[in-house]
Amino acid sequence: MTKPVDHQWVIPSDTAAGQEVQESIIKLLEQNDFSDRDVFGMRLALEEGIVNAIKHGNRMDISKKVHVDCKLSEDHVRVVIRDEGPGFKPEEVPDPTADENIERPCGRGIMLMRAFMSLIEYNDKGNVLTLEKRKESSEVKQ
Amino acid sequence: MAAANKRLDIQEVGDVTIASFLDKKILDENNIQMVGAELFGLVEEDGRMRIILDFTNVEYLSSAALGKLITMEKKVKTAGGKLRLCGIRPEIYEVFAITKLNKLFDIKDTQEDALRGL
Repeated sequence: MTKPVDHQWVIPSDTAAGQEVQESIIKLLEQNDFSDRDVFGMRLALEEGIVNAIKHGNRMDISKKVHVDCKLSEDHVRVVIRDEGPGFKPEEVPDPTADENIERPCGRGIMLMRAFMSLIEYNDKGNVLTLEKRKESSEVKQ
Repeated sequence: MAAANKRLDIQEVGDVTIASFLDKKILDENNIQMVGAELFGLVEEDGRMRIILDFTNVEYLSSAALGKLITMEKKVKTAGGKLRLCGIRPEIYEVFAITKLNKLFDIKDTQEDALRGL
């Protein structure tokens, strides 16, 4: 692969459609020799990111779409997930590992994305999430 | 409990219930709801007090699934029972460790370890 390849999907606010996009991106990573660990992390991050966009962003409103853009290069994958909801402030999500929050359901998805991705970033409004993962071997070299 | 579309395999060893997840991926919303309903039924409908959840088959787990496990832990504790987890592969254990849920749950390596002293 010499130059980045772009893939785009626009799906309704339906988690089954989200799963299909997830599978398509995972297949691209596998075809491009990303490691099992990279694929594990990306699947987890995609699940969390797309489900958040559908459930919390679009509030399951079937008339609203989720836009997924995947740019793949030899050593790097970048996925941008955009919902049509009002956005949110990630810094206001409570720390799920604090003792008082440990039994609360929220915040773990963002935490897992941060742990497994090379970079995660929200736009100011909070409705566009960027996930980036460098190939495991290329991270070790840095 | 409905027998169709079961997400858990249930075995009994003495008074201990071993519930093994049948799915490789506990991700999809419907799947997670079904898993949750079956788990909670073990305590709320069947009145089981000593439960081991075996993750040997599980390759992927999302934060929504973790939410069900946290609720399960609460239900078992409220009923005065004990819950242990076992058979968790390293990548999945990392998910528990990152979210610090390895401190909330009693996690053992194997079924045999989990059965000991439960």
